[in-house]
Amino acid sequence: MMNFDYVRPATVAEAVAAASEKGATYLASGTNLLDLMKGGVCHPRRLVDVTRLPGLDRVEYLADGGVRIGALVRNADLAHDAEFARAFPSVAEALLSGASAQLRNAATVGGNVLQRTRCAYFYDAPSACNKRWPGAGCDARHGENRLHAVLGWSEACIATHPSDFCVPLVALDAVVEIEGRNGRREVALEALHRLPGDTPERETSLERGDLIVALRLPAEARGFAAHARYIKVRERTSYAFAVVSAAASLRIEQGTIREARLALGGVAAKPWRARAAEQVLAGVAPDVAGFRTAARIALADAKPSGDNAFKIELAQRIVVRALTLATAGTPERVPALPASPFSSVSGSAA
Amino acid sequence: MTPEINLTRDPAHLRHGSNIGQPLTRRDGILKVKGQARYAADNHPSGMLYAVIAVSTIARGRVTFLDIDAAKRHPGVVDVMTPAHKPPLAEDPDGKPNPFAFKMELLQNDEVRYANQAIAVVIAETLEAATEGAALLSPQYEAAPARVGLDGAESYVPPVVGLANPAEVRHGDVDAALADASNRIEATYETPAQYHNAMEPHAIVAAWDGDKLSIDTPSQGMAIAQMRLGGLFGIPPGNIHIRSPFLGGGFGSKGLVSGPQVLGIMAAKLVGRPVKLVLRRHQMYGPVGHRPPTRQTLRIGADGEGRLTAIDHHAKVTTSTFDDFYEPAADASHTLYASPAIKTSHEAVRIDTGTPLFMRAPGEATGSIALESAIDEIAAACGMDPIDFRLKNYAEVEPISGKPFSSKALRQCYAKGAERFGWAGRPLAPRQMRDDAGFLVGWGMGTATFPALMFQAQARAVIRSDGSGVMESGAHDMGQGAWTALAQIAADGLGLGIDQVEFRSGTSDLPDAGIAGGSAHTATAGAAIHNAGAAVIAKLADLATNDERSPLFGAGNAGVIAREGRLFRRDDEARSESYADILKRAGVAEIEASGGGAADPAAQSNYAMHAHGAVFAEVKVDPELGQIRVTRLVGAFAAGRIINPLMVQSQLFGGMIWGVSFALHEEAVMDHRSGRIVNANLAEYHIPVNADVPSLDVLTVDEHDPHVNVLGIKGVGEIGVTGSAGAVANAVWHATGVRVRRFPIRIDDLLMRLE
Amino acid sequence: MNFSISLTVNGVRREIELDDPRVTLLDLLRERLDLTGTKKGCDRGQCGACTVLIEGRRINSCLTLAVSQDGADILTIEGIARGDQLHPVQAAFIAHDGFQCGFCTPGQVMSAIGLITEGQAGDDPERVREGMSGNLCRCGAYAGITEAVLEAQKTLANSDQRRSA
Repeated sequence: MMNFDYVRPATVAEAVAAASEKGATYLASGTNLLDLMKGGVCHPRRLVDVTRLPGLDRVEYLADGGVRIGALVRNADLAHDAEFARAFPSVAEALLSGASAQLRNAATVGGNVLQRTRCAYFYDAPSACNKRWPGAGCDARHGENRLHAVLGWSEACIATHPSDFCVPLVALDAVVEIEGRNGRREVALEALHRLPGDTPERETSLERGDLIVALRLPAEARGFAAHARYIKVRERTSYAFAVVSAAASLRIEQGTIREARLALGGVAAKPWRARAAEQVLAGVAPDVAGFRTAARIALADAKPSGDNAFKIELAQRIVVRALTLATAGTPERVPALPASPFSSVSGSAA
Repeated sequence: MTPEINLTRDPAHLRHGSNIGQPLTRRDGILKVKGQARYAADNHPSGMLYAVIAVSTIARGRVTFLDIDAAKRHPGVVDVMTPAHKPPLAEDPDGKPNPFAFKMELLQNDEVRYANQAIAVVIAETLEAATEGAALLSPQYEAAPARVGLDGAESYVPPVVGLANPAEVRHGDVDAALADASNRIEATYETPAQYHNAMEPHAIVAAWDGDKLSIDTPSQGMAIAQMRLGGLFGIPPGNIHIRSPFLGGGFGSKGLVSGPQVLGIMAAKLVGRPVKLVLRRHQMYGPVGHRPPTRQTLRIGADGEGRLTAIDHHAKVTTSTFDDFYEPAADASHTLYASPAIKTSHEAVRIDTGTPLFMRAPGEATGSIALESAIDEIAAACGMDPIDFRLKNYAEVEPISGKPFSSKALRQCYAKGAERFGWAGRPLAPRQMRDDAGFLVGWGMGTATFPALMFQAQARAVIRSDGSGVMESGAHDMGQGAWTALAQIAADGLGLGIDQVEFRSGTSDLPDAGIAGGSAHTATAGAAIHNAGAAVIAKLADLATNDERSPLFGAGNAGVIAREGRLFRRDDEARSESYADILKRAGVAEIEASGGGAADPAAQSNYAMHAHGAVFAEVKVDPELGQIRVTRLVGAFAAGRIINPLMVQSQLFGGMIWGVSFALHEEAVMDHRSGRIVNANLAEYHIPVNADVPSLDVLTVDEHDPHVNVLGIKGVGEIGVTGSAGAVANAVWHATGVRVRRFPIRIDDLLMRLE
Repeated sequence: MNFSISLTVNGVRREIELDDPRVTLLDLLRERLDLTGTKKGCDRGQCGACTVLIEGRRINSCLTLAVSQDGADILTIEGIARGDQLHPVQAAFIAHDGFQCGFCTPGQVMSAIGLITEGQAGDDPERVREGMSGNLCRCGAYAGITEAVLEAQKTLANSDQRRSA
């Protein structure tokens, strides 16, 4: 880890000012940032510790039925907030399927949204990576890339966004509240993360000094609470990043899907909202044939970026599974193995 | 500084009769659960500095520049050790003073021969300064193309494999037998590079005092380390004091002192102060050994009744460009299944990697998953149940040598394991079973085996005037439970309760207990301890039986029995005397004697000696998504005498989890251009987590082996890996009908073939 | 740059002059406060060996800066037994042989205490396994760990009942 200045501002305004200088970075819990610094992936000259900023650690239920989640709310606290889990169950399930209990206790929701890719070449300082060094090239493109992107990638970058949390959030039209040098603004989560194109170093629409202060879910998102699931395939039963994941939320009335929300994780540089697939689901009765059609549409533009063609097939099957499980209904309680295909398999060593 | 090892016993333990065989809880348990067990990196002598290694990011070439000034300018940096600035060594680190000495990278030149090789060491007042100093070196290289993978270079036949086995062994004519076989299979299996990844990174705290060296470092072989270090630094091995009371896991990677540990000692010499050097996790993927990748082809023939006629097992393995270690994978086919014709052969390629090394069941694990998969395939080809097929081909004598087994209760393992698992009624054909949730269910099994080895060990026993005992043997507890199991043997050897025996271990100034490897430590050190106990009791008996005042006077011919701190006349137990009384009357403060443990050459030449077992696995597979979970694992093992059933169970559980990991999880992925491992971390080099192993069950089958060693111990450290990996792979086939021959089995291997 | 921070470690308030912002909580405990029970297995939040409790919550001490924890209440493996009286989780780990080499054990024990405090697992072994999956054990002591956590949880619940009765 390279040396840095450490400042701990008392107010949001002070924080924004302190972080507006070149080389400055916000530090929240640090579960991702310190990892990157130890790996030599980034070398901030100044850390602006925002963990003590007042008022950012609350979950507020808004009068209109929406919810405002302070950026410093810990992942575990949000997932275990009973009212939140009842209203937005797929978000709680996604939160609990990420990382480990220790990391969820520390990691903030704002930091989760901004976590960096797990692309091995991004993490491997000597490798060529356009994110770390614009113009350097992308060693992942012809490297070990069986877990890389199948949607929205470019020759410049094939990395994926690793968050579980963001997948149901983007499906439910989450909004990001940002405090910046020019005051406060809002951005749809879907518009926060950028696809790589020719500038993969620009991962979000945030500008220097911008601080995420809250995430908001609109009241409409509650309408899916009865039929909302997150499902995640990974290479061990727990404590692993997604190979592919999906969040499906349905509003079903009288046996018909009135509205569907669908997003995929682990497939692109951003949490991937599948709007075209949502549209074909709206107004039809839920059945597997329809789900398969939706899945095909969701992945219609997918193409392998390397040794990862299987992810296109896997993603379609996960979409079908997520929709099937969502149709069956949200479980009373988040399963023992959150978001795992095996969550319905009970342990036999009791 | 002597480590404070105050071992305590579990207050709940109850002792019935002898100490051996009791499920005592760990005597180091309280230290470990309180965080008081002192591992190497926990030491902090005064004046200590921190050393951090800078490692190469290329796999082949040379270092052309290091920004030493930048590192030295960093506040807190004391010195930078480089090829041009280092203490002299008495021996060339590229030499081979003995066949067990592997070449090391000790900054002898600017050459880079694998990624993650040490190229400099930064020494600083704080860990933070040393870490940043190492990063500031910003090395430049002249790089050559890396040679990567099993096809990365031309292959050749290695001179020997494993310790000293011939690379090729033939018994009968496999080609003729295969040509005549009614059923035959030919299949190629691939296993990946794996890294030991003990939870404790290699660490050393080194301090020099003139030509005396004191080190805290995890070691599975302190005496060998003393020899090696003595040679490298030109000092008598006795000048080197190693403390290794606890290892945070070893699995073979701490069997021989490794380059980074030596660099810590060199750094201490360079700066004239104690130095601590701890490897960072990613730095463990290179200089401290690994299990090399293998590509194994098996050709197996059977007659119309399912009797094997030929096994041809060929293994291609990788090794480093500069040293020789060859994973003896094909040798797994020497001992398990009766076949009139057996051929095993190896070929190797030299690639730009650190030298591979012994890793828990080296050769046995890689060979076992291929052989057990292949046996499953030929059994299926013959239309036979996997156990029936194995019983049909049960080896009554060791197939490759024709020697009788010293003992072999494998039949009971099959029977008891199958019963416990509920194997009966398993459908022969795959993809027949589903659970209520719709998951595909499969049952598979594999045979486990591991040789019963013996190395050499010494122990010293003392009986003190108060009747208590001391047993000394510099053994190594890497988690297998040496502090406990060897103390149990010591207590029985001295005829004392375990609380009357002080067991001293874990430092190099005690008698050499031999290497903790080959699953032979309890047997070897245990034999030495047992013999030392017998020798000191014999001396005590001489004192008593030659003393007219003793009730045992004249019992020399009848003999005495030692029990509970007393000697009893064998033919008249009413006549006895306590150890304390014997010594008191003789006016002796204490008596001592030594004992050794080693293989019996006659028994070795007359018998084949192996532990055996049968492992049964149930897996569930998501029929659409391809994700796999091992839902049940049952192992039945025959491993000779069991010293401590609790610890044996834990060892076998651990081995079986390694089998799950081998079949489904762990794999080091090397970039085919750079030669760097892209997942050199614990987030993406997957080892099983708790949720991966819902149900484990182990049972042991009684086995009395009079030949293996004086205690009848066969060892359990490694056998659990064998059989288990194949059982899981076979269960995946049984669940899905898809035979995956590349390990670990991944979602992508199943997905497209599931529907 | 110097930082004066104040930490309560195992019930003892400590004023610490920190001359370096890079020091992680883990390295502060191990290298500067002589509390070496907490272990460093990966230093990257990938193994759980460094688990401690901050304000009663389990976290990876390798991934937090010491300076950022100014004012925090920290509990480490050294602070949970009462003299010779082991914490019920510690006793259960011994009884169920929930470790072999012992290196991951301090982290496992602290994680187990955190898990029990969180109260999310109940007596469901699957929830315990999932909840303990942030602590790797290369020796493979998972079966004993799960049994130990379940037993300790029961012991603690019983003693709570006795106290409230």
